[in-house]
Amino acid sequence: MTIVFGIFLLTLLVITALGIVHTRNLFVAVMLLGIFSLLIALNFFILDAADVALTEAAVGAGISTVLFLGALALTSERERLGTRHRWLSLAVVASATLVVLYATFDKPRFGDPNAPVHQHVAPWYLEKTPEYVDIPNVVTAVLGSFRGYDTLGEVFVVFTAGIGVLFLLSSRRGGANHRPPGERDASGIGLREHVIPRVVGRLLVPFILLFGLYVQFHGEYGPGGGFQAGALIAAAFILYALIEGEDRTLAAVPQRWLNALMVGGALLYGGVGLAGIVLGSNFLDYSVLGADPVAGQHLGIILIEAGVGMTVTGTLLSIFHAFAARDRA
Amino acid sequence: MYYAVTIATLITMALALTRALLGPTVYDRVLAVNMFGTKTVLLFSVIAFLAGRPDFLDLALAYALINFIGVLAVLEFFRSRAARRADEKREPERSVAARHGGKPG
Amino acid sequence: MMDLILDVVSWALLSAGGVFVLIGGIGALRMPNLYTRMHAASVTDTMGAVLVLTGVMLQAGLSLATIKLAAILLFLLITSPTASYALASAALLAGIKPDAGHAADEATDS
Repeated sequence: MTIVFGIFLLTLLVITALGIVHTRNLFVAVMLLGIFSLLIALNFFILDAADVALTEAAVGAGISTVLFLGALALTSERERLGTRHRWLSLAVVASATLVVLYATFDKPRFGDPNAPVHQHVAPWYLEKTPEYVDIPNVVTAVLGSFRGYDTLGEVFVVFTAGIGVLFLLSSRRGGANHRPPGERDASGIGLREHVIPRVVGRLLVPFILLFGLYVQFHGEYGPGGGFQAGALIAAAFILYALIEGEDRTLAAVPQRWLNALMVGGALLYGGVGLAGIVLGSNFLDYSVLGADPVAGQHLGIILIEAGVGMTVTGTLLSIFHAFAARDRA
Repeated sequence: MYYAVTIATLITMALALTRALLGPTVYDRVLAVNMFGTKTVLLFSVIAFLAGRPDFLDLALAYALINFIGVLAVLEFFRSRAARRADEKREPERSVAARHGGKPG
Repeated sequence: MMDLILDVVSWALLSAGGVFVLIGGIGALRMPNLYTRMHAASVTDTMGAVLVLTGVMLQAGLSLATIKLAAILLFLLITSPTASYALASAALLAGIKPDAGHAADEATDS
C-alpha cells in the first residue's frame, strides 16, 4: 500500500514539475514550487526518512517561498524567452536522462533485503550506535558523530552562501539613495495595518520559536537537529518581519547579531573539532571531551548541533534581510 | 481504518494541484497551495499513525506553523507591490531615480 | 467493550473527516468564482481537520501523541481561517469582484 501512495505522489510530482517548466509567469512557478517541496517532503515521509522530510518541509515550502517572492519583487514577473539552442539543450538533457536510466538497471530492487546497504552498512550503524554514541536517533548519530566531517562541510557551505549573498546584495544605508528620515515609503511597513493577520501572527511567533528550540534539542531522540531548528527559528523572525515590517525586525535582531550567529556557529563547530586535537586525539573526535567516551560524544553532538542551528538561522535571516532591504533602497 | 482517510486526502491533493495548474487568477493558485498545505499536515498526522510511528508528529506540527507564513508572504508581496506603484504614480521622477541609483543596472 | 466503542467512534469521525476533505477538493475545483472556491476550501479545510484529528486523538489514547495532536489542531484552527481572510482581503483589494453575474457569463461561455 505504501508503494501505491508513493507512486501516486511521484506522479503528482511529475505533473507539478511539468507545470513549473511550462509556465512563463514566475509567480505561478513560485507557487508550484511550494507544492513541489511539499510533495517531495511527503515522499521522504512515506519512505520513513523523517529528518529529511522535516528539513524539506521547513526550508523548501516555507522559507524558499518567501525568499523567491522577495527576489520576484526586485525583478519582473514574466520569464524572458532567450533560448536559441533549444534542440541542442533538449538533446543534452535527453542523453543524460538515458544514461541515468541505464545506470539504474544495475541497482538492487527497491527495498531488497539482500542489497549491500541492508546487509553491511545499515546493520553496522545500528549495532555500533548504542555502543559508541548511545542516542536513540541513529540519523543524528551518523550525521553528528560518525560522519561529522561531512556535516562540517555542510555548515561551511551554508556559511559561504550567506556571505556570498551579503557581498552581492548588502544594502547601502546612506549615500545617493538615502531618503530623509521624515519621509518613509510605504513598502517597508509590513502588514501592520491588517489587524487580524497581525494579531494572529504575533500570537504564533513565540510558539514557533519555542518549537524551534524543542526541535534543536530533541534531535537526538526524534526527528530534528540543527538544520531544521535553524530553519524554524528563522521562519519565526521572517513571520515577525512580514507582519510588523522589516525595520522593526532589524531593531529587534540587528544585522551585527546575525553576522555573529553566522560566524559563531561555524567557529563553534570547528572549535569542537580542534578541541579534539588539543585534548590529544583526532580532529572531531568527541570521545575525549567528557569523562567517559559516551558522555564526550553526547557533549560533542550537542555543541555541533548548536553550531549548525546558529549558522543556519543567521544565514537565512541575513539573506531575507538582504532581499527586503534591497527592495526598499 | 486509516486507509480511507489517506486515500480521500490524496485525491483532494490531486484536485488542489489541478486548481493550482488551472486557476485563472493568481489568488486561485495561492488558495490551492494553502489547501495543499493543510492537507499535507493531515496526511502527516494520519500516516504517522498508519505506520505506527507517533513520534513523527513533530513534522505535522512544524508544517502547521509554517504554512501560515507562505500565505502571509504572498499578501505582503501584493501589498508592497501596490504601495510601490502608488509611490511611483505620486512622484515619478523621484522614486524612479532612487530605485535606479542603487542598482548596478 | 470500551475499545470497541472507541474504535467505532474514531472510525466514524475519520470517515466523516475524509468526506469533508473530499468535498472541499471537489468544491475548489468546480465552483465558478474565486470567492466561492475560497468558501468551499476554507470551511471544509477546518471542519475536516477537526474531525480527522479528533478521530486520531481517540485512537492515541492518553499519551504525548495526543497532546501533540491537540497542539496541531489548535494551530490549524487559528491559522487556517486567518489565511483565508488574508487571501480574500488581498483579492478584494486587488479588485476581483465577487459577483455571481460574472459566474453566469462564464457558464454560458464554456
